[in-house]
Amino acid sequence: MTAPMDVTGGDTEAAPEAVVDASGGKAIQGRSLGQIAWMRLKRDKVALAGGLIVIFLILVAVFAPVIVGLLGQDPTQFNSDLIDSSTMVPKTGTGISVDHLFGIEPVNGRDIFSRVVYGARISLLIAFLATLLSVVIGTLLGVTAGFFGGLVDSIISKTMDVFLAFPLLVFAIALAGIVPDSAFGLTGDTLRVSLLVFIIGFFNWPYIGRIVRGQTLSLREREFVDAARSLGARGPYIIFRELLPNLIAPILVYATLLIPTNVLFEAALSFLGVGVRPPTPTWGGMLADAVRFYTIPHFMFFPGMAIFITVLAFNLFGDGLRDALDPKAR
Amino acid sequence: MVTYIIRRLIWAVVMLTIVSIITFAIFFLVPRLAGATSESLAARYVGRTASAEQVKIAADKLGFNDPLIVQYGRFAKGIVAGADYDYGPGVERCPAPCFGYSFLTRLPVWPDLLDRLPVTLSLAIGAAVIWVLAGVATGVLSALRRGSLFDRAAMGVALAGVSLPIFFTGIVSLVIFSYGHPFRITAPGGSFTPFDENPAMWAYNLILPWITLAFLYAAGYARLTRAGMLETMSEDYIRTARAKGLNERRVVVKHGLRGALTPILTIFGLDLGLLLGGAVLTESTYSLPGMGKYAIDAITNQDLPKVMGVTLVAAFFVVFANLIVDLLYAVVDPRVRLG
Repeated sequence: MTAPMDVTGGDTEAAPEAVVDASGGKAIQGRSLGQIAWMRLKRDKVALAGGLIVIFLILVAVFAPVIVGLLGQDPTQFNSDLIDSSTMVPKTGTGISVDHLFGIEPVNGRDIFSRVVYGARISLLIAFLATLLSVVIGTLLGVTAGFFGGLVDSIISKTMDVFLAFPLLVFAIALAGIVPDSAFGLTGDTLRVSLLVFIIGFFNWPYIGRIVRGQTLSLREREFVDAARSLGARGPYIIFRELLPNLIAPILVYATLLIPTNVLFEAALSFLGVGVRPPTPTWGGMLADAVRFYTIPHFMFFPGMAIFITVLAFNLFGDGLRDALDPKAR
Repeated sequence: MVTYIIRRLIWAVVMLTIVSIITFAIFFLVPRLAGATSESLAARYVGRTASAEQVKIAADKLGFNDPLIVQYGRFAKGIVAGADYDYGPGVERCPAPCFGYSFLTRLPVWPDLLDRLPVTLSLAIGAAVIWVLAGVATGVLSALRRGSLFDRAAMGVALAGVSLPIFFTGIVSLVIFSYGHPFRITAPGGSFTPFDENPAMWAYNLILPWITLAFLYAAGYARLTRAGMLETMSEDYIRTARAKGLNERRVVVKHGLRGALTPILTIFGLDLGLLLGGAVLTESTYSLPGMGKYAIDAITNQDLPKVMGVTLVAAFFVVFANLIVDLLYAVVDPRVRLG
């Protein structure tokens, strides 16, 4: 038994596809998939909250110099005068004051607030670019494998298997660890950021590749592809104009959920000391420093919470987006 | 079935070979791109005091001047059949599987790795038991009481759990339960007691890493189990089972959970395989002397033979776990064998 057939016509529920009833129901409006998804998303308060936090974090990252400039605390500025020279911890315990909203670091007294704000830049920049790289490689190869099938498919699929067999974290640390401070014509933060984007993005593509390939395999057999082909459309047209538009929803959802994974990945690499080099502030690097000063919890609290809130916000938004775009969800 | 097993085995070996080639190529090429020469690599074996002439001889004897493919051949042969190392004073026999000698300690890599294995095994398996039990139970209960207070609370905690990096929860757990004395339940990190030496101490030292690691995974498994259960419990065969008059417990466990568990089994295999290759973050947060910590130390010291050894052993665990999962799948689902 499945749901009863809708005999009275399309006036009870919005059809998932944009159906414009030509026979004349005036109250009926065609709604695109995007409109339906947006309607659902608007009702999902938790996902919206996640989305708002995401926007807020992006703004913080973009306007980090402005925000930090307002308070006048440079993230790499030492404040040795606020540090107790015998215990090396801040004189007031945490150093939290109007000038230093999140307090100061032990030993050299750098302002934690501005370091957390600047940390958002590195974290989000790497997470976004790495996700973009994975999505581009994964989509291209996934569609190619799924669409052409045969030998092409087996080569790409086996390549994905090999990639998935790499112990990703160990490999990433090793690779990030052996590249010197100046290589490939790049130096400093630019080199480290590009390197991390490459490592994180390049080894994550098979996950999205698999999803796209699976979706392509089933889309390929659908009638509209047959129709396009019978009208004389060739491979590239079918891939870009017929298949890709239908793949946008799963790709979007997966990308949104890959970003928080990459935020965690970047934080892990920085925590292990193979991320962006100090003194450039990163959340993972701050946590690694904080381990040695576990008696002053505020030092680990702020970068830790920054990672947590960022990852949580992306996860909430991604979950909501998935539910909104899933035609099967209620 | 036998052909299927043989096919999977061959593929696993092929995969390991490819992984070893790529690993070797990368760790061979990247240092050279960064300016290391055969001599500077050989110098790490013979020490700083050696003369330029000695270094050159050592580089020749160790084969650092040979083409990449010859060096890889020797490396691969060492793993399969063992190798003889000759770097100046005398020839040393390195029995199979030989991953070469450490730059720093000049000891063979493999026995060192074997020493670290029990730590990682204890950590991963102990945590796995906790996270599977806790995660699956929470997921099932949540799915059965969908929308209830328990469901919402559990899923909220689970979402927070997957969003917390282990190196943050780990430090916090150490501050609360170890360094900070009021609730002290475990020794500060860094100590490991083998199980056969003193099981109580073994568990005492590992309880905190276990729980932290398990929390992270349990959160993910709870979310997965819940989603899977919601799907299977709305299947027609569940209705049939209820219509037959089966009691609810049997319906849930024998019919519902069974259907929901297959994807979880796959993920469990992969997760465990990855962890056995070195729970890098957990081990470095708690300073446990396992394979992950070994990898980090090797990388910090730029000890290439160690780095390569640990990467390959980690890859072996992933491939092996994949193989086991595939074979289990073939047992559970006959369609797989034909595909």
